[in-house]
Amino acid sequence: MNDNPVFERIKTEINESPVTLFMKGTPMFPQCGFSSAVVQALTMMGVKFKGIDVLADADIRDGVKQFSQWPTIPQLYVKGEFVGGCDIIREMYESGELQKVFDENGIEYGEVQQ
Amino acid sequence: MAMDVAEITRLLKEGLPDAEIHIEDLRGDGDHYAAYVASKSFEGLSRVKQHQMVYAALQGKMGTELHALALQTSVPEAT
Repeated sequence: MNDNPVFERIKTEINESPVTLFMKGTPMFPQCGFSSAVVQALTMMGVKFKGIDVLADADIRDGVKQFSQWPTIPQLYVKGEFVGGCDIIREMYESGELQKVFDENGIEYGEVQQ
Repeated sequence: MAMDVAEITRLLKEGLPDAEIHIEDLRGDGDHYAAYVASKSFEGLSRVKQHQMVYAALQGKMGTELHALALQTSVPEAT
C-alpha cells in the first residue's frame, strides 16, 4: 500500500496547505456537481483552501482514492487528515461540525452566511 | 454502466446484515442514487468509517459501476 510513489506527492500537498480539496475542475470552474457543492460550502464559510484538479492528473486521481480508502472525488483534507467527501462535508457544514473542525485546527474563516 | 436498486440492496445486506436500507433512484436513470443506511455496527465510528463500511460492502463498485450514491448513515435508535 505504502509503496505507491503518488502517496508522497499527496502527502506533500495535504501538508503544505491546511485545507486541501481534491476535486474535479478548479474552485472557479468545478466540473462536477459534487465538487461544486463542497467548493460552495467552503466559499460560504470564507475558508481559504487549495483546490487540486484530479482531472488534470490521472495518477493523483487514482492515488488519492487508495490513499484515503475512499472511492470518490471530492475529498477534503484538513491539516493532513481526510475529513470527508461531498455528503459528509455537506452534513458537517449544515450541523456546524465543519466549523468545529476548523476551530480545533486553528483555521480562520469568515462569518458563516446562512 | 449502472446498477439497479435490488443489486445495491443485496450487496449492502450481504456486507451489513442488520442494516436498515432505503434507496432512492434520484433521476430514474439507474445511475444516481441516494442511500440511507442504518446499522448497529456503525456505533461509535466516525462518519468516514461508517461510509467506508458501506463502500466495502459495495465491493469496489462505488466509483466504477455506481457513479453517484449520495450516502447517509446512522445508528438505529434503541427501541
